[in-house]
Amino acid sequence: MMQPLEGSQALARAVALCRPQVVAAYPITPQTHIVENISKLVADGVLNCEFVSVESEFSAASVVLGAAAAGSRAYTATASQGILLMNEVLYNIAGSRIPLVLTCANRAVSSPLSIWNDQQDSMAVRDAGWIQLYCADNQEAVDTTIQAFRIAEATELPVMVCVDGFTLTHTLEGIDIPEVAEVDAFLPPFEFGRKLDPRNPKSLGTLLSPDFYPEARHSHHMALEKAQAVIEQVDADFAAAIGRRSGGLLTVEGPEDARIGILTLGSVIGTFREAAEEGTDLPAAKLIKLRSFRPFPVEALKAAVAGLTDLIVVERALSPGAGGIVGAEVRAAMSELADAPRVHNVALGLGGRDIPMSSYAELLALAERDAPLRFAVFDADLNKLPEEDR
Amino acid sequence: MSLIEIRIHGRGGQGNVVAANLLAMAAFEIGRHGQAFPNFGAERRGAPVMAFVRVADAPIKRRCQVLRPAYLIIQDDALLHVPGTTDGLLDGGGILINSPRTPEQLGLGGVPNVVTLGASQLAKEHLGRPVPNTALLAAFLSLTGLFPTEALTNVLGNKFKGAVLENNTRLIHEAAAAVPAGLWLKENAA
Repeated sequence: MMQPLEGSQALARAVALCRPQVVAAYPITPQTHIVENISKLVADGVLNCEFVSVESEFSAASVVLGAAAAGSRAYTATASQGILLMNEVLYNIAGSRIPLVLTCANRAVSSPLSIWNDQQDSMAVRDAGWIQLYCADNQEAVDTTIQAFRIAEATELPVMVCVDGFTLTHTLEGIDIPEVAEVDAFLPPFEFGRKLDPRNPKSLGTLLSPDFYPEARHSHHMALEKAQAVIEQVDADFAAAIGRRSGGLLTVEGPEDARIGILTLGSVIGTFREAAEEGTDLPAAKLIKLRSFRPFPVEALKAAVAGLTDLIVVERALSPGAGGIVGAEVRAAMSELADAPRVHNVALGLGGRDIPMSSYAELLALAERDAPLRFAVFDADLNKLPEEDR
Repeated sequence: MSLIEIRIHGRGGQGNVVAANLLAMAAFEIGRHGQAFPNFGAERRGAPVMAFVRVADAPIKRRCQVLRPAYLIIQDDALLHVPGTTDGLLDGGGILINSPRTPEQLGLGGVPNVVTLGASQLAKEHLGRPVPNTALLAAFLSLTGLFPTEALTNVLGNKFKGAVLENNTRLIHEAAAAVPAGLWLKENAA
């Protein structure tokens, strides 16, 4: 039943439905409401789970690593500086192929200090070897969280569910929370085949000599590549069980014959959907919602851009001195196509800058340029900067 | 009903986010859709803060800030001196201000559709605390006819019980009666 809920409250209930046995977290804006609500569900006896309040995100990640390695279903959540502090452990979790779920309540990274939303934090840890799924709205955030445990446990890879901070976590909207029985049927108890067990001793995280290190890395890479099929399958299974899809690896919407495409990750697509509905005088465009950034769905993306002359990649982060992060990967994928669209790449809405409805038309206008736009912080007002910094 | 956008201005600690959430939740009570979200600045008591509410018949997809509100709810009349507070108000839109003074006394004599209500004082009488949010919401619903007062009392009933609920219910009815009911009904709007 759909009910009005704050995103964080809904996420906490979704996590509880997955029956985690261990949750460890350190509060950080804008993740705080998620773990506060989980902690309350534990205190109220709704969720039977060990909630470990730790002194830092490094410990939060370490606790869930250990818990999952010992066979518990484990969950944590963080954002921004918190995920950066976890970084070393994130690599250990993924490299050890430990299945667990983390919510990243996406927020800008210091400095300058900003508590507001962009996606620099999860982009900064994109190479840690985790699956990364980006959510377009709070319903997707709830559903993807439940799917994430299934994906993690099927692939023995950790899954990061990326949820725009404030824009989703602090927004109250109509959200359906699945029934306990539905989730129980969809998500059976976690049975970890490699769990640490004193009756069957084994080592975890040992030194690996050069004789085997590249093979371990290859195997990890292939596990991510193969996870593409699992992500699609789990979304289809969820649709069969609960009646909704979250968009597999990516989805394409809009008129078949549109020649312009806009690719986004996360919640900005909602604003663009309404801008497209209202902007009847604007050129037709397809909206490509990239849900899976890791694994990066090269083949699905190549199929999604068929027939486009211009593809505008909108991202919420950047690699200073290089430009767009998503844009660079999209361009690399496009290089495999004979008739690839021109790729324009912009960062938008950094550090919580509002992305108004009018930005949709401004983005579409990029298709009229003589040369593609390599990269720009699209909404930066250069008049605010001294001449030499523009 | 097409999309209605509302912007709430207040100070940290005045229950701005709660007000926005209550209004959006009230929309669901009558089978409509609501969306509410805050725009935090510095997270401290007394700092100027904003919250946004959207109400529509269909799910609301846009997530941008409310730049062109149909209505403004201002929880502290001193915020009228903060630049931008009334920016973007649609023609014919209404401004509800928590103030013991009249619009004329606030220097808004020439501005159409301004209503003031001494909501802090009313709240102090009924709740013992000068938290103006529920009184303002009741007045707002009375002025606009957007939803029946019961939608608000139902939402409060899901959230509170006992004396808090009873006191708020009395406060709501008094606040709703303190403004001209239906003044901002669409057909009456300028």
